Amino acid sequence: MIEFTFWDILRNLLLAARWTILLSVVAFIGGSIAGLAILLLRISKRRWLRRAAEYYIGLFQGTPLLMQLFLLFFGLPLLGLRIEAWTAAVLGLTLCASAFLAEIWRGGVQSLPTGQWDAGSSLGLHYVAQLRLIILPQAFAITRAPTVGFLVQLIKSTALTSIIGFEELVRTSNAINNATFEPFTVYGLVALIYFVLCYPLTRYTKTLELRAARQH
Amino acid sequence: MGYALDFGWLYGAIGMIASGAAMTIFLIVVTSVAGVTLSIFGAAAKRSRHAILRKAIAAYVEIVRNTPFLVQLFFIFFGLPRLGIRLDPVVSAMLAMTLNMTAYTTEIVGAGLDAVPKGQREAAAALGLQPWLVFVKIVLPQALKVIFPALTSQIIIMMLESAVVSQIAVRELTYEADMLQARTFRAFETYFVVTLVYLAMSIGLRRLLFAAGRRAIAGGMA
Repeated sequence: MIEFTFWDILRNLLLAARWTILLSVVAFIGGSIAGLAILLLRISKRRWLRRAAEYYIGLFQGTPLLMQLFLLFFGLPLLGLRIEAWTAAVLGLTLCASAFLAEIWRGGVQSLPTGQWDAGSSLGLHYVAQLRLIILPQAFAITRAPTVGFLVQLIKSTALTSIIGFEELVRTSNAINNATFEPFTVYGLVALIYFVLCYPLTRYTKTLELRAARQH
Repeated sequence: MGYALDFGWLYGAIGMIASGAAMTIFLIVVTSVAGVTLSIFGAAAKRSRHAILRKAIAAYVEIVRNTPFLVQLFFIFFGLPRLGIRLDPVVSAMLAMTLNMTAYTTEIVGAGLDAVPKGQREAAAALGLQPWLVFVKIVLPQALKVIFPALTSQIIIMMLESAVVSQIAVRELTYEADMLQARTFRAFETYFVVTLVYLAMSIGLRRLLFAAGRRAIAGGMA
């Protein structure tokens, strides 16, 4: 049996945390891009497009992320795609993030007075230019706090990808725990690492909220 | 594509799915009642005169809100036995879910308490009500009315998140799905059906809570 010192445990956990961070970043970027597309559908002038986006969002917000990951992990191979845990994890978190981010940003877009759209069209801007120059920058600015708040949620959600076999922080900690029988230390440290990742972002969210409250 | 979806196993699996769903519902009912009750105390304590109490509650809320539920669950189920506290899976799941839920609902209930105008408290005190009666009869009902939608969302989020307690072998919906797919080798179909069950449960729970909430608020919660 290999002896693990406290520092061995910590070092291995920190190495695994890189994957948690990478997965969070990739899913957040992917989710932002896909979420923007869903947002455009959600605020479209065509009713059926709005409906479709609404169902998409409802589907991801109304089912467990674990089930979404399982469906991708077991479903995509049925379509003939060879898939690894990493692919399923990225795809699952990206899709889920896109639904949540679209819904957050929709709140921002709809909180803007219609005068903003009218002013845009009276300047002769077409729909895309109105969105790009007037509506979206304001909507993103208003929703910065909930967006960062969602990033915290996303980082925590990456823990679920351990269940479909992706080697991130939690899966590594399970393996270390099985080798060392030090669950208290191992899971305590894992919680601490997540806390160190998430807490600064949570504080930043609070600052943004306070700043927004002061402006009104 | 050489794969045909097969739902033939479903008929024989309805019992397992139903018992798993029942366990999920049981867990969320226990957690919601315990969590909301505890968070009323938590929110009140966070507004108490004692700085230590305020700091302790704030630390608890931040620790829970900045770590994944799965890690909290593993810590309780695998870690606590090291301290001599051995809990069976269902109790561990209930404890982890309640602790997680309470951290979020403490913030929600607190926001509700802050939303009740100070004049309400003063008016009740002027009528000669005891301080605890002022809280129970005047402040709390109005606070709950404000936060009802947020509480409903939090309960549904917790129900969906409870899927991970299958990892410590609590026989709820996801655990039964794991067992089913291992037996039928129809993983995709199994998780597809169970996902639909979760979707129906979250829609149903939302409707139920809103209907109950409307009645309670219309009838006066106090």
